[in-house]
Amino acid sequence: MTTFLGVPTRRLAGPDDEDPLRGSRPFPAAAADAVRDPVLRRNLRRATTTIRAKREHVVSEVADWEDLRDTGSAVKADVMARLPELLEQLESAVTARGGVVHWAADAAEANAIVTDLIRRTGADEVIKVKSMATQEIGLNEHLAEQGIAAIETDLAELIVQLAGDKPSHILVPAIHRGRAEIRQIFLERMADVPPALTDEPRVLAMAAREHLRRKFLSAKVAVSGANFAIAETGTLAVVESEGNGRMCLTLPETLITVMGIEKLLPSFGDLEVFLQLLPRSSTGERMNPYTSLWTGVTPGDGPQEFHLVLLDNGRTNALADSLGRTALHCIRCSACLNVCPVYERAGGHAYGSVYPGPIGAVLTPQLTGLTGGHDVNATLPYASTLCGACFDACPVKIDIPSMLVELRGRAVDAGRGGVPDGWAAAMKAASWVMSGERRWSVAETASRAGRLVAGRRGRISRLPFPLSRWTRSRDLPAPPAETFRQWWARTRGDDDAGPDAGNPPIAGTPAPRPAADGGDRP
Amino acid sequence: MRIALIATCIADALFPDVDRSVVRLLERLGHRVVFPTEQVCCGQMHVNTGYLAEALPVVRQHVETFERAEFDVAVAPSGSCVGSVRHQQAMVARRSGDESLAGRAEELAGRTYELSELLVDVLGVIDVGAYYPHRVTYHPTCHSLRMLRVGDKPLQLLRAVEGIDLVELPDAQSCCGFGGTFALKNSDVSTAMLADKMSRVLSTSAEVCTAGDSSCLLHIGGGLTRLRTGVRTVHLAQILASTRDEVAGSVTV
Ligand code: SF4
Repeated sequence: MTTFLGVPTRRLAGPDDEDPLRGSRPFPAAAADAVRDPVLRRNLRRATTTIRAKREHVVSEVADWEDLRDTGSAVKADVMARLPELLEQLESAVTARGGVVHWAADAAEANAIVTDLIRRTGADEVIKVKSMATQEIGLNEHLAEQGIAAIETDLAELIVQLAGDKPSHILVPAIHRGRAEIRQIFLERMADVPPALTDEPRVLAMAAREHLRRKFLSAKVAVSGANFAIAETGTLAVVESEGNGRMCLTLPETLITVMGIEKLLPSFGDLEVFLQLLPRSSTGERMNPYTSLWTGVTPGDGPQEFHLVLLDNGRTNALADSLGRTALHCIRCSACLNVCPVYERAGGHAYGSVYPGPIGAVLTPQLTGLTGGHDVNATLPYASTLCGACFDACPVKIDIPSMLVELRGRAVDAGRGGVPDGWAAAMKAASWVMSGERRWSVAETASRAGRLVAGRRGRISRLPFPLSRWTRSRDLPAPPAETFRQWWARTRGDDDAGPDAGNPPIAGTPAPRPAADGGDRP
Repeated sequence: MRIALIATCIADALFPDVDRSVVRLLERLGHRVVFPTEQVCCGQMHVNTGYLAEALPVVRQHVETFERAEFDVAVAPSGSCVGSVRHQQAMVARRSGDESLAGRAEELAGRTYELSELLVDVLGVIDVGAYYPHRVTYHPTCHSLRMLRVGDKPLQLLRAVEGIDLVELPDAQSCCGFGGTFALKNSDVSTAMLADKMSRVLSTSAEVCTAGDSSCLLHIGGGLTRLRTGVRTVHLAQILASTRDEVAGSVTV
């Protein structure tokens, strides 16, 4: 491909075997590169802006949306409170209907179980339904090492797979790619690509459809995740837009579903709530086009062998923690990603985990645990301005901002005891200064030296590290000649209560006009 | 009413005119303002950076200072400081096992208001008799919007200002990128968010960008002056305190 100067292009990555839940760089460094990528910025801005507007529209038309959120949150809280009991109920229901349930404590166990199940069928190729759980355990990479090809059938997931990329969004894994890039990926990496491929969305989708159709008809085994599992009936549910998932769930002889243990719902009736919350929050649709429900196996209809792999992989750690537990309420709708201003600029790869964005920033460190102060995942809880947009958007009302603050506290506490870094020293000093009015006043006076650096414009444009992190893009005002407390002392004396005369009128001040509803009440 | 001013550490040290404006405004409305002089900070910076143990003495200083003072309600010209008083101080105390401090913090939080809340909800005034002959756009800060739910109270107050040319800020509810120490720890993303916010501000052709938080204005204003945009940042309190005889200065001092 020819590259013209000034045309931003990005290389296609080769496959890598990195940890699906831990990147190689701290968030700020990875995000710094991302914000300099003009194609990424444009792709993310366009995609998140569109989906935000769609979500807002369809949510606003549901009169009882807040009640639905409360119910969703309450159902999930109930599930977490009785998870062991509900899981056993699920196991017996699935077994009673001819399914086989497997328990996996971690990624390695889950991968081994799935590999073994595939081997027993004699297949060396499986088709996949888009699934976060299998991303989380790095199943595709593991299967590739074992000589089994896993073919993603979700269009966006297929794009990511062909490009040798990592997904950068829970719902739209190729959100970081524009259609011109997708065309290039197909041309370079899809064996049976039509030569006259354009970058029209329809043409690209048709090419993928042709490519996948052959796989659907030949595959003997499918691997899926699940959006919900009903403890009462043993029913599994997958919601999707394309119908490719439906093909995988119905055509092959063997179906293997890998599911995080938190995906449970107690009873079939609970779907009523979640099938309203999920599509509106995720794709901004009133209802998703395809909802597949299956219970065990049905003779003569669909897969005749069904395996359910229940995955822990750090979830019981989070469950043991009253705060962390609420992160397990997540239904992976991705609304929090779409409304997050940090995600919109940094993109998903900067988080280094298959779970990016606000939920990733709280879930990832809890799933992996923090291995110490230098764990890159310790930077994730700081990847937020605490603006609160995620909390407002979350269909199950997960208080992500409070959880971020708590996790920051834990990251700091985990690093205590060693040699304090710059932040620890600065925060300690600031705590001392800010817990005594005298010390604070002295510090204020000292900062007045800043007036010397400021020059005539009254603005400071260069400061040494770490304040250079501020001044490299922002001025700082020169400290004033007189702080507020000095002004107060000068004009009101030391009397806390202010002038005894009550309210001295300020010369020339017009009387306030009272508000229509009765005015002020002095 | 006897109203205690929470000056906020940032306005006290960098933007004293914001606090002076609150005093001027409330006195003009016929109230008595007290300033408990032992106050320093609400503790938010420490909390949001994860230094909860270090936040404790700062929170204690705040609570004890205001407990000693006599007043009906307290006011801060900041959504995020009031947010911290309401949603963080008791949590910090509780986390350290000091249940008594937590309870006292909650009592104080119950009568602490952000400026627009105080004016509209407590004092029941919308037209404060201000005069401000400038083209102004308003940025709703995240904590005032989503932690305190001040809604359009600041806009109601601004609309009643005589002479003002108030223009809507596109994409107003998206964060400016300040986020406290986020601005340093994630300086690049913070700046990217700031760039987008500035482009929206500039698209309005306003002379002044206003908000209810000095901290966000420090960030937005820092970017606007660095690029010589000629747009000033002015705190909501300064606009509301302005009269024909005394038009407020800019927060840039
Ligand atoms: S945290 Fe909430 S908003 Fe984010 S993906 Fe999960 S359910 Fe959706």
